[in-house]
Amino acid sequence: MSFLNYLISGLSLGSIYAIIALGYTMVYGIAKMLNFAHGDFIMVGCYIIFCISSRFSNNPLIGIVIAIVFCTILGVTTELVAYRPLRGAASPLAVLITAIGVSYFLENLALIIFGADTKSFTSVVSWEGLSLAGGKLKIQGVTLVTIIVGLLILIALETFIGKTKQGQAMLAVAEDKGAAALMGINVNRTIALTFAIGSSLAAVAGALLCSAYPALSPYTGAMPGIKAFVAAVLGGIGSIRGAVIGGLLLGIVEILSKTYISSQLSEAIVFGILIVVLLVRPTGILGKKIQEKV
Amino acid sequence: MKKFNKFVSAVLTSVMVASMVAGCADATSTGGGSAEGAGSDGAKVFKIGAIGPLTGGAAAYGNAVVNGAEIAVEEINAAGGINGYQIEYKKEDDECDAQKSVNAYNTLKDWGMQFLVGSTTSACSIAVSENTKADNMFQLTPSGSAVECVQYDNAFRVCFSDPSQGLASAQYIAEHKLATKIGIIYDSSDVYSTGVYQTFVDEAGRQGLEIVSSEAFTQDNNTDFTVQLQKAKDAGADLLFLPFYYKDASLVLTQASTMDYHPTIFGVDGLDGILTVENFDTSLAEGVMLLTPFAADATDDLTVNFVKKYQEKYGEVPNQFAADAYDAVYVIKAAIEKAGATPDQSVSDLCEALKGAMTQIEVAGLTSAKMTWDASGEPNKEPKAVVIKDGAYVSAD
Repeated sequence: MSFLNYLISGLSLGSIYAIIALGYTMVYGIAKMLNFAHGDFIMVGCYIIFCISSRFSNNPLIGIVIAIVFCTILGVTTELVAYRPLRGAASPLAVLITAIGVSYFLENLALIIFGADTKSFTSVVSWEGLSLAGGKLKIQGVTLVTIIVGLLILIALETFIGKTKQGQAMLAVAEDKGAAALMGINVNRTIALTFAIGSSLAAVAGALLCSAYPALSPYTGAMPGIKAFVAAVLGGIGSIRGAVIGGLLLGIVEILSKTYISSQLSEAIVFGILIVVLLVRPTGILGKKIQEKV
Repeated sequence: MKKFNKFVSAVLTSVMVASMVAGCADATSTGGGSAEGAGSDGAKVFKIGAIGPLTGGAAAYGNAVVNGAEIAVEEINAAGGINGYQIEYKKEDDECDAQKSVNAYNTLKDWGMQFLVGSTTSACSIAVSENTKADNMFQLTPSGSAVECVQYDNAFRVCFSDPSQGLASAQYIAEHKLATKIGIIYDSSDVYSTGVYQTFVDEAGRQGLEIVSSEAFTQDNNTDFTVQLQKAKDAGADLLFLPFYYKDASLVLTQASTMDYHPTIFGVDGLDGILTVENFDTSLAEGVMLLTPFAADATDDLTVNFVKKYQEKYGEVPNQFAADAYDAVYVIKAAIEKAGATPDQSVSDLCEALKGAMTQIEVAGLTSAKMTWDASGEPNKEPKAVVIKDGAYVSAD
């Protein structure tokens, strides 16, 4: 019975990783850049929801909608100001370093505006959850909501990319930016749209992250962001299904290694697994093999 | 590398020149430091300085310290001073940064400080103690709890050290028979938490307390505590010892509640502040016990009077840091009186006199009805526990 409890804990943590990883993998898959500031977009989203719900309205949906709008604007602006000018730079590292810069910028900005004090986040999910086996097994409402939302996003993204013109344009840009531009696709607009979607997902992920683990500080997004990145790589970065599988797997591995091996070593185990997976399958679980032509 | 070295030496040279110039300027403005013990109006006064983070993330601690000390200074001056001499008081900000704390110390030294109440936090206290040692300046930290804060013979402290908090917690739990089976969660990436944890485990063994689960977390892994809680629950722990800061504790309490696990929660002074977490559901902290030397609701005259003055002056309820600093000033007063010191003595002579006096005095303060010191700098006093009731601290006894 306690194994099942731990498994549920793992699912709960994993579903959060999965939903964050979706944003990572979306941006990487299309724009071929790692947005290391993704975790901090999440933190910004959390603060927006926190401010709205504590000052203006008790309805969490209003907060989430405003946070989505705000994060979308933030993502598109960041892309425009910090990433787009560097896209043509000689080294792809330039954008990566800038993304780390944006991450620190957002964290410190939040530190100035909101202070270092932790704030307790009111869950946006009021549903208590399921109680099974006479109360011995409890699944929190927010865990179920996270899993459902994660699956909905998965389906929506796959449909969008597979069935719409914009989605096809994204695939084309992902394949070859130069060729896509020659075919009449507006590359800049397509990448901006990718960022808009990725950042709006960050707002949703933030709402769920802080509902499950309600301590909000300027560094809230940092570590889950890195873990979700690991999850995205584990699942095969760029693959939308891979992000969900990678996230769930990572959460379960983390909790079970904490339980059965050592609560101090779980971090080492999680990142150790990343190394092993990359050695055995460099493209991740669902990653596509890319043949480099010489 | 060579270029870099050249650059470094150029920078160092310019810093040195600048500091020489600055040093000269200081020397002229304070008359070469000969103005020791002379107040702004020329009369003889004792000069006490305080250092703490007045801005930044730990500002709550630093402001409490300088405010608490200020109240004590005002009281003493109103009552006629120490040995008939008034006290002059000055505070400096260190932003919880060790380097800035040393700068603050130097500023106060130039001002003519004879006794230091500070620094507020451990790392800053340790950094400053290197300088007070070199200058042989008397240092009394109200709240620097790391062992190294009082490693030199000129440094003393008012609060309990980290290890002694673990010791006192185990003794308190055993003495009051709060539990038989104890679960511990601690932060293995934090020296404060592991320090308390280790002495707690050692003492628990001697006290015959059974530790049924002890699980760690790190600052990189501090969102999910369900595993640690589930293990404690499965092991049947009826008391959970949480020797870490309130930020993580607020998550632990929330998750324990969703798991329907309601053990007695026992913490140390890092837990002080849990009620100030914005938007935190304080009903989750109901019944939480923590070891802290000061409870603002205590009914003795000293506490009532202090809390009233503090609220009038600063508009908030004082925490244990304010109480520690208030006591610190009175401890200095007691030591000066014991030693019969006067303001015209040099800083070093005053320090020598107070070092001897510290081991002989017995002070009744806010944080304990009876405090004594030995030459190691550690205080001997009774630990007090508070329990959270209806969102406020109440004495546990």
